[in-house]
Amino acid sequence: MASESHAHSVRGTWVTIRPRWGRFSYRFDKRVPLVALGIVIFTLVTLVVSISYGEYDIPPLEVVRTIFNVNQDHADYANYRLVVHTFRLPRITLAFLVGMTLAVSGAIMQGITRNPLADPYLLGVSGGASLAAVTVIVWLRITTAGLLPWAAFAGALITAGAIYGLAWKRGSSTPIRLILIGIALESVIGAVTTVMLLFGNINDVQQAYVWLTGSVYGRNWEHVQVLGAWLIVFMPMATLMGRELNTMGLGDDAAKGLGQRVERQRGLLMVVSVALAAGAVAVAGTIGFVGLVAPHVTRRLVGPSHEGLLPVSALFGGALLVLADLIGRWAIAPSELPVGVVTAMIGAPYFIYLLYRNRNR
Amino acid sequence: MTGLYANELTLAYDDASIIHNLRLAIPMGQVTALVGPNGCGKSTLLRGISRLLKPKHGTVILDGQDIWKLPTKELAKRLGILPQSPVAPEGLTVHELVAQGRYPHQSWLQQWSAEDERVTQEALAITHIEDFADRPVDTLSGGQRQRAWIAMTLAQDSEVILLDEPTTFLDLAYQIDVLDLLYELNRQRKKTIVMVVHDLNHACRYADYLVAVKEGQIAAQGIPSEVVTERLVREVFGVECLIIPDPVTATPLVVPVGRTGKTQPKETVYKADERPDEAEREIA
Amino acid sequence: MSVQTKVVSRNTTRILGSRSLLLPGLVVGVVVLVGGVLWSITLGAADITPDTVYAALFNFDSTSFQHLIIQTVRLPRVLTGVIVGASLAVAGAIMQGLTRNPLADSGILGINSGASFAVVMGVFLLGNPPLSLYAILAFIGAGLASGLVYMLGAMGRGGATPLKLTLAGVILSAFISSFTTAILIGDQETLDKIRFWTAGSLAGRDMALLTQTAPYMLAGLAGAFFISRQITTISLGEDVAKGLGQQTGWVKVLAAVVVVMLAGGAVSLAGPIGFVGLVVPHVVRFMVGVDYRWVVPYSAVLGGILVTVADVGARVIIRPQELPVGVVMAIVGAPFFIWLARWKVKR
Repeated sequence: MASESHAHSVRGTWVTIRPRWGRFSYRFDKRVPLVALGIVIFTLVTLVVSISYGEYDIPPLEVVRTIFNVNQDHADYANYRLVVHTFRLPRITLAFLVGMTLAVSGAIMQGITRNPLADPYLLGVSGGASLAAVTVIVWLRITTAGLLPWAAFAGALITAGAIYGLAWKRGSSTPIRLILIGIALESVIGAVTTVMLLFGNINDVQQAYVWLTGSVYGRNWEHVQVLGAWLIVFMPMATLMGRELNTMGLGDDAAKGLGQRVERQRGLLMVVSVALAAGAVAVAGTIGFVGLVAPHVTRRLVGPSHEGLLPVSALFGGALLVLADLIGRWAIAPSELPVGVVTAMIGAPYFIYLLYRNRNR
Repeated sequence: MTGLYANELTLAYDDASIIHNLRLAIPMGQVTALVGPNGCGKSTLLRGISRLLKPKHGTVILDGQDIWKLPTKELAKRLGILPQSPVAPEGLTVHELVAQGRYPHQSWLQQWSAEDERVTQEALAITHIEDFADRPVDTLSGGQRQRAWIAMTLAQDSEVILLDEPTTFLDLAYQIDVLDLLYELNRQRKKTIVMVVHDLNHACRYADYLVAVKEGQIAAQGIPSEVVTERLVREVFGVECLIIPDPVTATPLVVPVGRTGKTQPKETVYKADERPDEAEREIA
Repeated sequence: MSVQTKVVSRNTTRILGSRSLLLPGLVVGVVVLVGGVLWSITLGAADITPDTVYAALFNFDSTSFQHLIIQTVRLPRVLTGVIVGASLAVAGAIMQGLTRNPLADSGILGINSGASFAVVMGVFLLGNPPLSLYAILAFIGAGLASGLVYMLGAMGRGGATPLKLTLAGVILSAFISSFTTAILIGDQETLDKIRFWTAGSLAGRDMALLTQTAPYMLAGLAGAFFISRQITTISLGEDVAKGLGQQTGWVKVLAAVVVVMLAGGAVSLAGPIGFVGLVVPHVVRFMVGVDYRWVVPYSAVLGGILVTVADVGARVIIRPQELPVGVVMAIVGAPFFIWLARWKVKR
């Protein structure tokens, strides 16, 4: 938006964007731009470090120059180009996008359920995607990359739809019923998945395990493009709907009193959240904790209003996953820890710390 | 046809019917209090009038239109509701809460207009909570918190404001403070106020119009000084009492007799024309 | 999680409405259990007639091949199933009472994740330990993990509140599991050896293994019965229990110890079996109400029956191969649970 046309609100805790032309206005907490800038800088530094680190080390400066293709006269340019553009940059970019997606999905789930412990997988997204992926990897034994993301995506959406449908009764599906039915349906799906993992070829099973934990190993630009396109559709939608989440947060009665069509908005937001999570899971498997941790930390940084919370937790989730991916590649080099293992190892201590901080409440 | 009416209204949860075939006209520009014993249906009635509960039968009409046929935001611009003991999300500031009241005036693209800002500031000023505008709601005292919620309904800029037990869980000082505020809103801003009140004496003192609900039916309605009688209190609340003029406002003051009262000679209860301190001396 | 307490209180419409039916009902349960055990013994790679089963049990002939199979293979297996089912169900009932969370079972205390981690570590480091060492490792892992969960959950004022305990359990379980996964992903051999164990199974459990672990579990069952009255009180809420003069801190610690003995024993015998601890207490409360003096014995009997029957299914469905008993139970149990959630949860 045109920067000269935005006006600061009277109190100064808000930044309001209100161009002179047209009927558009948007506002967010004053802390948002600063925190966002901090995260972006952190991400860029981590990105450069992450690209420069590996079996084939590249000096950080050359990493930057290779990204912009301004070092074509360098003796190792051909190697640099291959490592940066074909291997490391796409997977790290994907890690960032996946982190963004899961964080926003989680923030929406937490907003809808008014439960700070809700995560993107609340509606069976991980169970459904896992069953589908394990079926493809272990049962059908299809190793080409093409089918797996679509199967996982379909599995996630079908399961979420089934849970929502089973919990639907007399015109509404209450959060409690959603949780209970989600657990039941996921246990059946989990049982079937277990059977496949038990009787499958051990190589396939190991591959499936990696997928289940969540990994961005070997992902390429095609994955980035697909998830990127998905994000371009749903991310602005989610951000513009932040206002609905704020109103919903006051409780169903107060929200209805303000004229919100609560059931409809909740359903719509749930679709956005599930769609985002399914997209992330399709390309990177069921990575845990990002969708839980990122909104939590962000809420502490920029407050509970979703206009700022959604975009900033997206950035935070992205940064977190880029960092986790770097740690995963570095921790037991030359082997790799899947990024999903690392996020659990980072995320769980954070929650234990929260538990300790809030021990007297 | 302006005004708020309930027509042959029947309200129920699941299968348990609470309000049966009820007719009610809310006087515009006045303060109306709904009173009655626990479980009589007064809160349910308020939920029915405010579209929080869909009627099994009958309609609620606002300015000639069925509220269930109006777009939700249109209704919200004309009629605001403050539910009983609402809870704000952790960390939400007072300003953010009050700004929520602008929801019905906004859209996906028009999220914070200059008008929104102006009305929000005004609501903060009217309720005297400008000084805490940047404090999280959960750090305020009970009375300040309730003021913030009332400010939110004010920012909604509706002609009618419905409140479900706005004084529950508040200290006496805060109860009076909140009721005074609602009274001022009515007198100075011409808001139509409809509230469920637990304390019959508060209802008598602050309401222009009183509706007594018993077992899902209206037992009596009208100006408090005409409606509130010893017989009505006995019939609706099942309590023996004396009605005396409130020494401050001359509105009816309900003094329950209770079991302790019955064991004492009647003379020790002070008479209407005596001052309270003289009555105390007499009891002593 | 606290909102979910409603489910428990809504289940109080009992099937066995009159108190005079409670004892006969339990007797019927025991008869069904014994019948199920005998039926289970007759089934297998080669079916054996009930007469022979009877003879093998009470008139053992060491020269008979069938008698040998019954005494060394089938009887230990079915008894293991009974005690595992009883223990898990009782442990689940206690956990649900203690945390007032209908979704709790002994897994909440980190028992399964702790046991799995210890066993995976054992296999990873030692290569090929015997099943009896699996059991010891699992028990130690379960004990350590649940101790840690309890300590974390009991930090601060108010001690081990339901919410803190649940949070600590969920988080710590995820944390421990991430290390287990890291090992399994890195080492294919360990993954291959361990995958049947992690699904939970009763296959190949012999009498020596059973007699090594069963005493702890029997002691746990006795302990559960002993503290059942206290659990009833504490399940009404901690403040109420304190108001009635209960030393809630001690009751919670005792209950946790009992749960570790029961569920730790079960996981060391059969691996992490899910669902029985979650579902059986719900069915039992549906039948007998919320008095834990009855909930505990009923859970034990019903848990034993469920695992025995599920194990028959596990052995029979894809004969000659076997399904993990936990999988069979989940497939049986889930539809019930969905029904419960749809019809019992009004709000």
